[in-house]
Amino acid sequence: MLYLSEELAQRIRTQAAESYPHECCGALLGDDRESWREVLDLFPLVNRREDSPRNRFSITPDDFRVAEKAAQKAGLELVGWYHSHPDHPALPSEYDREHAWPWYSYVIASIADRKPGEMKSWHLADDRSRFEPEEIQVSKPHQSMVG
Amino acid sequence: MAVKVIIPTPLRPYAGKQESVEFDARTVGEALSRLTTRYEELRKHLYTDEGRIRSFVNVYLNDQDIRYLQKENTQIKDGDTISIVPSIAGGTRS
Repeated sequence: MLYLSEELAQRIRTQAAESYPHECCGALLGDDRESWREVLDLFPLVNRREDSPRNRFSITPDDFRVAEKAAQKAGLELVGWYHSHPDHPALPSEYDREHAWPWYSYVIASIADRKPGEMKSWHLADDRSRFEPEEIQVSKPHQSMVG
Repeated sequence: MAVKVIIPTPLRPYAGKQESVEFDARTVGEALSRLTTRYEELRKHLYTDEGRIRSFVNVYLNDQDIRYLQKENTQIKDGDTISIVPSIAGGTRS
């Protein structure tokens, strides 16, 4: 279960629209618990894939370290990544799977002609064979589950 | 030579939840081999089926990418640190 507020989801959609027709990308910063995780902030990153930014995104190890430091500074964890699929559904591609890390949440935002489409989150299976869907909820767990 | 290997968060569930592990090794490749021998589940996330380090797995000796050193044959000095740093990539079908 991934908790992602409507405000943060809207920020992803806005970045996806601004980057269209190129893919946008960024880091999900938040709180990871045993059975759920909550995204509490975003860290937008530059898509470094200059040769084919319409259908690929790339986050370099240097950018990874910058995002990781930003998470640590905010007292958060780097819990996943988001990117857009211009003119394609929010489904992970084979290329996504081949390049994925386990544990992280991978949020994909579909966008068509600058109009936002659906947003889905995915999680790589332990054996790397497939992505499994991860339910997105907009409610805040600390309001409903803690205290 | 004693070397510390820092495990990135997404791989810790496959490495006994350890943040880092220490080994005696002469080269970076030997240290990674010891790591994946101790934690077999790590292997598929670090290496391709052909036994090459995956393209999105970046290995640093101290602060230097081993691609610009002698790759897996890079020699280790006592007290060195190996870091596994992810790069993230993806995209659509076309």
